[in-house]
Amino acid sequence: MKRKRIKVGDISKPSPKLTELRKEDFAPLPTPFERPESTPGMAPLSDKAEAQYESSLDDTIAVSIPKPKNKDEEDALVAKFLSGLEKLFTKENNWTFLQPLLLSMDHCATCHTCSDACHIYESSGKNPVYRPGYRSEVFRRLYKKYVKSKGGLLQSWRDGEIELNWTTVARLAELAYRCNLCRRCAQTCPIGVDNGLIAHEIRKLFSQEMGIAPKELHENGSVLQLKVGSSTGMNKAVVKDNMEFIDEDVSELTGLQIETPWDKVGADILLIHNAGEIMAWPMNPGAFGVIFESAGLSWTMSSELAGYDSINYGLWYDDAQFARVAIKHAEAAKKLGVKKIVLGECGHAHKALTVIADRVLTGDLNIPRESCMVTLEQIISSGRIKVDPDRNDFPVTLHDPCNLVRLMGIVEPQRRILRKIAPRFREMHPHGVQNYCCGGGSGFAIMSGHNFNDWRHQIAGRKKLEQILEAFKDELDPSIKKYVCAPCSNCKGQLRDLFTYYDLWEKHSILYDGLVELIVNCMTDVKPGFIEWEMH
Amino acid sequence: MVYSMLIMFSYAAAIVCLSAILWRAVKIASLPIHLRWELYPVAHEKGRSSYGGSYLEESDWWAKPRESSFIGELKVMIPEILLLAGVWEHNRSHWFRSFPFHIGLYILVGLVGLLLIGGIAIAIGFPLSVDAGLVGTLLYHLTYVAGYAGLVLGLLGTAALLIRRLFNQDYREYTKKSDYFNLVFFLLALGVALLAHLVADPDFAALRGYFARLVTLGLAPAEVAPLSALSVAEIVLASMLVAYVPLTHMSHFFTKWFTYHDIRWNDEPNLAGGKIEHRVGNMLKYTPTWSASHISGDGKKTWVDVTTSNVEEDEE
Repeated sequence: MKRKRIKVGDISKPSPKLTELRKEDFAPLPTPFERPESTPGMAPLSDKAEAQYESSLDDTIAVSIPKPKNKDEEDALVAKFLSGLEKLFTKENNWTFLQPLLLSMDHCATCHTCSDACHIYESSGKNPVYRPGYRSEVFRRLYKKYVKSKGGLLQSWRDGEIELNWTTVARLAELAYRCNLCRRCAQTCPIGVDNGLIAHEIRKLFSQEMGIAPKELHENGSVLQLKVGSSTGMNKAVVKDNMEFIDEDVSELTGLQIETPWDKVGADILLIHNAGEIMAWPMNPGAFGVIFESAGLSWTMSSELAGYDSINYGLWYDDAQFARVAIKHAEAAKKLGVKKIVLGECGHAHKALTVIADRVLTGDLNIPRESCMVTLEQIISSGRIKVDPDRNDFPVTLHDPCNLVRLMGIVEPQRRILRKIAPRFREMHPHGVQNYCCGGGSGFAIMSGHNFNDWRHQIAGRKKLEQILEAFKDELDPSIKKYVCAPCSNCKGQLRDLFTYYDLWEKHSILYDGLVELIVNCMTDVKPGFIEWEMH
Repeated sequence: MVYSMLIMFSYAAAIVCLSAILWRAVKIASLPIHLRWELYPVAHEKGRSSYGGSYLEESDWWAKPRESSFIGELKVMIPEILLLAGVWEHNRSHWFRSFPFHIGLYILVGLVGLLLIGGIAIAIGFPLSVDAGLVGTLLYHLTYVAGYAGLVLGLLGTAALLIRRLFNQDYREYTKKSDYFNLVFFLLALGVALLAHLVADPDFAALRGYFARLVTLGLAPAEVAPLSALSVAEIVLASMLVAYVPLTHMSHFFTKWFTYHDIRWNDEPNLAGGKIEHRVGNMLKYTPTWSASHISGDGKKTWVDVTTSNVEEDEE
């Protein structure tokens, strides 16, 4: 059955769903998932969820906005949206992104060059609602009608029709969370219009004015981090305990005596991990300890509030929360008097603290930040640790985290390491700055409410699944263990869930993990077998 | 009288065009400094732009000189501007429509330059013709070749773009009435111009004569070729188009400079005590009014106040 056409103005027309997601529409996958029935189905939303939350965009829910009880509540929310819309275009409220936003608002030629660059649009079978330009065009028309020209005589002739009502607002809130903010679309725009930025700014409007954001990002994310120190809920006593256990495990596994230094004043390096590593992938911070200690670096971790958790979810939805967390990170480094902050394997933390916070941290908070990819490459290329690549004699491919690669230009250090330590390394296609997002970007990796998990694996993660299967297409036999190196916590979270969803480990022995685990696995001073070949 | 009015009209159009460009450019340039939002590859990254690398690949990058390559920028900008390299790479079917349109317009901009030279030559007593010496003859031939090439390519591109927007559903759904107007306007202006030259001014001598009148403010020599009614229509429509384009989203022909240099390629780090730090310091004094409870902007608290206070404290 042919999918119905959906026009820009349809977003304002009340209906149960603006679009429906049908598995038969989705882009085909390679072997062994070429038939739609060979992949799991999308669970429908529960009646309770549909009754309680706004869900009229598509067949899933990311934000969980409670349905207004009556027309008055709807009108109040629309008025609030409108006030946020106006504020978004003032320098007092949005100096942080005003210039890029205005340029993206005013100059789109609707040439659709961006569409084919978007993995979500492609994977959904080119669902018109997921076209990167769809969200932008709706928002552009709202801005032009209600902020820029205030509905002047020629406004709809010049800018197109749009109605502002609660249906539009509720759908737009959800639609802002159908984009990974990977900015692959922006890379292809001949004019420089940035649909990823527009999605980011819509998220900000909802959060900063209306207090609407996914619970996983706000309450359980940045708010919790600022309250107890980490979005994992670990306070400093718990994180130190956990790291002590990790040190013990790693010492036993490697045969080296590892003790993580804490709060060492005057150390050269403050290493900040995504604390999710400590909880979910403890061998990752453990491996950092092995490498840094073996290389004889002067380093420390910090037990200050947020000083041991590099995540900064504000990057995806809220400038104030973003800046608060970035300042906490810098304050932790300042207190210890370190020469630089080295960010562990977390892409968004890299970009948040190194690039985006660069124009937030001034004076003595402007402490140099460096990627661990660079630090690790220097350790390996200088020969400070000895490696035996034969220990990594299995197929390896590399996933490029968007934040680290496309948005920071850190492309080669990790590759130079892999070429040295992984003899069977092969690239995905495309890769580097043209990579595809894992599907977990912009917070999706930690969002699994309702049936959103299905959406992010069926649609957002579909392209990455295809790339991984293609990279290993001649070695899918489960007797061959394969490794996807993903040097980013959020990407690993997405890959963990994606691999489980499609049963990649059980059926094809495809495992994922970070870069440092691969390094330690081939260190000659370490007992063999650091990588534990089991799904985790 | 007609010539005087026409000359005034053309000058007014040029003034509107230049003023609109200047106004927009100043407006964009004077917006506050924004947070970094670069996107790789960044063309000026010396030795790294080919694969999209940045200076952040260097250990202790802040202590090392940053190497920026203007040649690297030119290597990207020239094919991007002249050949629409990005559209060729990412949207090939659209390139076959968009490229003739754009290259046609570029050639017509060049034609204006040639006509200005020709007009000045007439004004100073050296009119271009088939026997006006090597340079004069060359410019004479180049003018009508450029004219016909620009008009034909521009017309073909405009027609192709209009057809796509009318008949391709993906495009039609995003096309505003003003977009159709813009394309029809181009079609009309270019079509009338082509007709004027085919019918009444085949070697562009009359148009060159008009430019002589323009540069002399109507005091050109009496032997300057007169304008036909079609040529007058050509000039009126072209003048209107010149004034109109910078007032629309088609101003991307120069705002693109900002999207590339100020955003996509703006990787300038904030170094202690530098200009960026100073500018950011001023921005941090702004007083937001965002009303969500975790910000509670009251128009008195600055961004520094908001971001150095804790959510919990605020809620308490």
